[in-house]
Amino acid sequence: MADVTFDVGKGEVLGFLGPNGAGKTTTMRILTGYLPPSGGRAEVAGFDVATQSLQARANIGYLPETVPLYPDMSVRSYLDFMGKIKGARDRRREVDRAMEKARIAHRAGDQIGKLSKGLRQRVGLAQALLGDPPVLILDEPTSGLDPKQIIETRNLIRSLGGEHTLILSTHILPEVAATCSRIVIIANGRVVAEDTPENLDRRLKGAESIAVTVRGPREQVTRTLKSVPRVLSVQAESDGNGKAPAGSLASFTVQSEVGADIREALASAVVQGGFGLMELRPAHLSLEEIFLQLTTTETPETEVAA
Amino acid sequence: MRNVWAVSVRELRSYFLSPLAYVVIALFLALSGYLFALILANGREASLRGLVQNVSVLYLFIVPAISMRLLAEEQRTGTVELLLTNPVQEWEIVTGKFLASVMLVLVMLGLTLLFPLFLFIYGNPDRGPIITGYVGIFLQAAAFLSIGLWASSLTQNQIVAAIVSFALLLILWLSENLGQFLGGTIGSIISYTSVITHFQSFPQGVIQSNDVIYYLSLVLAGIVLSTLSLQSRRYR
Repeated sequence: MADVTFDVGKGEVLGFLGPNGAGKTTTMRILTGYLPPSGGRAEVAGFDVATQSLQARANIGYLPETVPLYPDMSVRSYLDFMGKIKGARDRRREVDRAMEKARIAHRAGDQIGKLSKGLRQRVGLAQALLGDPPVLILDEPTSGLDPKQIIETRNLIRSLGGEHTLILSTHILPEVAATCSRIVIIANGRVVAEDTPENLDRRLKGAESIAVTVRGPREQVTRTLKSVPRVLSVQAESDGNGKAPAGSLASFTVQSEVGADIREALASAVVQGGFGLMELRPAHLSLEEIFLQLTTTETPETEVAA
Repeated sequence: MRNVWAVSVRELRSYFLSPLAYVVIALFLALSGYLFALILANGREASLRGLVQNVSVLYLFIVPAISMRLLAEEQRTGTVELLLTNPVQEWEIVTGKFLASVMLVLVMLGLTLLFPLFLFIYGNPDRGPIITGYVGIFLQAAAFLSIGLWASSLTQNQIVAAIVSFALLLILWLSENLGQFLGGTIGSIISYTSVITHFQSFPQGVIQSNDVIYYLSLVLAGIVLSTLSLQSRRYR
């Protein structure tokens, strides 16, 4: 990972979004003190995760991606054990409270190994809630659940925000849109975007996007397009095979200020530049597309080491 | 210390929730009972010496079966991540696991007290060697378990853990023969590392401090190495 910097305010629900293998789990493991950072610092609840690891860990409830349970124990005895480990006061009441909150209380006496995946997820969640930690870190809390369970889990997560600071990782976009107050998008171990879901959305829908296909050398065309007034950004689409012989087609996505119709200006700029204008059409990116765009753009090969 | 105890109690309960503990204990009792009866019938001597001297052979097979799951299973299922992201330290997990396995062995050895009971009912055995014999086999079990624990910390696979600990125990076992074969100073040094060398005086009714120190250092070494092995994830 390289340059992953973000902060979460108290009571905030932060969505940590990225494709598989982007470094989400590694980030969570660093925050929870399971892996040490090879550089940089991380603080949880004011405690440095490297030097004050035990205090930091005491303030975190963590649900790893593969819910770690002892299958031969009953739900209650498992939670009781975790309560002991966390040093929870008034353990019996605390276990009851956590089971109530994670909606697993009706299966308290059942053996964990015999529970369904969704119920096990709830046991894991109850475990994270034990001792009412100020920070909750949930790694892919809805992976492998059925749609009904996913909705239930999301509602639960929403209800937890406010009292707890919540960091939630996922590779499913609607999930963060549904639950989070802020989104950090990570790809190849780097933060590529950080904003509220509304702002990210507005950033996409607010800006006018125009897809342009031009015959001409890519760099020169990019320069020409950028010189058009009111253009915010020009994004060259990769052309698949990487080779770009002279006179080949290049596709671009041009973003302009809201309300500006720059299609005419673009067309004349391209033609005056001596390039062949092949296609020019308005394009709208969904949140999904922006996510893909943000996470699939090439990053420098250097210092990308997890 | 609270965490050590919590880990330990959980592990012990887990032993008895699975068939493993019962199978191991039953097997040990059957084999040691067989040895006891055989030795008694042949020697007609009201002592436990013969049995005590042979218990370590049983340990070679029994101990890896007890220790193999201790850390390997937690690493396989990811529960070790759960423990280590809570305010628990590596040495606490390791020590808790070790104590759980020692307690299981205590239960196992406790059940064999039936044998000396028979001797006391039907004969007049010398009390001293029986007591020191038990001290010896207990210390030996603790040392073996600690080595098995280390083997279990190295892998996620229980079978691999069992085979590795069997091999390590066998080396500590055979080093006596190797030492005798080599002879000289080097030979006696190698012999000195053997669990056999350090066991000989216990069944005779003698507890030597260097033997006790030998077994306790094996225990300590196993715990330290297991702790380091758990911590090594940080550098991988």
